[in-house]
Amino acid sequence: MSDLPAGVARRDIDGETGLATQGPPAYGEPTDEAGWRRWNPRRSKLGAMLASGMDTGLTGGETALYLGAAAGTTVSHVADFAGPTYAVEFAPRPVRDLLDVAEERDRLFPLLKDARKPETYAHVVEPVDAIVQDVATRGQAEVALANREFLREDGRLLMAVKARSEDVTADPEVVFDAVVETLSEGYEILERARLEPYHADHLGVVARPR
Amino acid sequence: MTDDAWFAGLDPADRETAAGRIREGGADSPADWPAMAVETGFAADEGDYYDCLREATIDAARAAVEEREGAVDQQLVHAVRAMDDCRRQANELAERVAEWGSSRFESGGTGVEYARELTERDPETLGDRRAVSLARRVVALDEEADALKEYVETTTPEVAPNLAALAGPVLAARLLSLAGGLESLAKKPSGTVQVLGAEDALFAHLRGDAPSPKHGIIYTHDAVRGTRPDDRGSAARALAGKLSIAARIDHYSGDRRPELEAELDDRIATIQARAADDTEAGDDE
Ligand SMILES: C[S@@+](CC[C@H](N)C(=O)[O-])C[C@H]1O[C@@H](n2cnc3c(N)ncnc32)[C@H](O)[C@@H]1O
Repeated sequence: MSDLPAGVARRDIDGETGLATQGPPAYGEPTDEAGWRRWNPRRSKLGAMLASGMDTGLTGGETALYLGAAAGTTVSHVADFAGPTYAVEFAPRPVRDLLDVAEERDRLFPLLKDARKPETYAHVVEPVDAIVQDVATRGQAEVALANREFLREDGRLLMAVKARSEDVTADPEVVFDAVVETLSEGYEILERARLEPYHADHLGVVARPR
Repeated sequence: MTDDAWFAGLDPADRETAAGRIREGGADSPADWPAMAVETGFAADEGDYYDCLREATIDAARAAVEEREGAVDQQLVHAVRAMDDCRRQANELAERVAEWGSSRFESGGTGVEYARELTERDPETLGDRRAVSLARRVVALDEEADALKEYVETTTPEVAPNLAALAGPVLAARLLSLAGGLESLAKKPSGTVQVLGAEDALFAHLRGDAPSPKHGIIYTHDAVRGTRPDDRGSAARALAGKLSIAARIDHYSGDRRPELEAELDDRIATIQARAADDTEAGDDE
C-alpha cells in the first residue's frame, strides 16, 4: 500500500479508524480534540482512491487545481494537506457552501467557472502539481484534456470517472475504456482502479501529462 | 502575458475591480502569476499575493452566486407566467379580430392564424384600418409568447437541470412558478408537488366537498396522461416523487443525475403494465 500524503493520516475518531486531515470541520464530519476530522471515502472519490491504496503521488503541500468542487466536501480536505488550492465549480448553489469552506481556510480559492472553459480562469490559476477532477458530467475526459495546460510536466492528474454521466445504459467497463482512451491523447495513464465498495460504477485514474 | 494577469495594473486596495477581473477576465494559458505579482510590485511576497487572491476570489464567487441564483429562477417564474398571459390574451383578442374581420372581409378563419392573414390586407376605411392594426397586435403578442417559450426552454435546464430533464423545460418552469422558485419547490413534500396547480380542487376537498385531487399541473406529463385513468394516481405519485428529488438535487448540489429519468421510466412502465395484465387476465376468462 502506498504512503499517504503528509497531512493525511489514519486516525481513530469516535471509535472508528479511517482517513483524516487537520482543519476546521466543514460538513458535520466527526472530529477529535487534536483537530483531526474524518475524511469519509464514501463521500469523496479522492478519499476512496487514497483509502484503497492507489498511488496518487501526492506528498502534501502541493499546488492543486480541483475541478468539480461542489459544496467543498473533498476540496476542504485537499486544502488541509495541500498548498494553494484552486476550486472550480460551475453551479451557483453548491458554491454558496463552498464559500463557507473557503472562508475558514487561508489558501483555498473558489472559482465559479465552467471547467470546459479554462481560458476563463487561466488568468487566475497558476501551473499546479496536481489536478483533482470529479465533475460527474458527460465529457469527463475532454474536461481533463482541456485543463492539461495547468499541470506541471511532473504533475499528476487524479480523476474520478462516473460511468453513468457518460452513458446511463452502457456497461461501465466499456465507458471506462472509452474515457481512458480519450484521456490517453494527452496523458500517460499510471493506474486505474474501480472505486468499489466506496462508489458504485466509478473509476479512479492516476495519470501524468505526456 | 503579464497583461492577462487578473492583477495587471490593479491597485491592491481596489477590491471591487479585483473581483470584477476574476469574474470577467481571461487568458489563453496559465502562467506563474504569484511570481509575476511579486515582480511587478502588486504584492510584497507570495504570501501577500495569496492573501489578495483569496479576498478577490471569495468576493467574486459571492457576487456571482448572488447574481446568478438570486435572479434567474425568479426571472423564469415571471417569464413562464408572461408566456401564458401573452398566449391567452392573443387567443382572446384573436376572437374579437375574427368577429370583426369576417364582418368586413371574407369570413372563414379563426384564431391567431386568421389574424395573421388579416395583417396582409389593405384596409380601405378607417374602421378596417383599426381591425387590421388590432390583428397585428395579436400576431405580435403570439410571437412574444413564442420568444418567452424559447427563453424558458433554454434557461430552465441551466437553473434546474434535473427537473427540466424529467419534466421538460416548460412544465419544470410551471412547477417553479407555482411553488414560487427553486428553493421553495425543493422544500415541498412530494405530496404537495403532486397537486401543485390543483389548489382549488384541494381546498374543495379540505372543505369536505370533493375527493382529494390525484394530480395538479403534472397531469400534462406523458407519464400521467399516457396512463389509464385507474392508475393515474399511482403514476402521478411516482412522477411527483422523482420531480421532488430532482428539485432538491438541483437546489442543493447542482449535480446532474441522468439515472433519475431511467428510474422514472421503469416505474411508469411497471404501472402501465398493470393495464396489460388486466386485459390478459380478462382474456383468460
Ligand atoms: C460529483 S459532484 C463533485 C463532488 C465533490 N468533488 C466532492 O467530493 O465534494 C460533481 C460536481 O461537478 C460539477 N460540474 C459538472 N460539470 C462541471 C463543469 N463543466 N465545470 C465545473 N463544474 C462542473 C457539478 O456541478 C457538481 O457539483
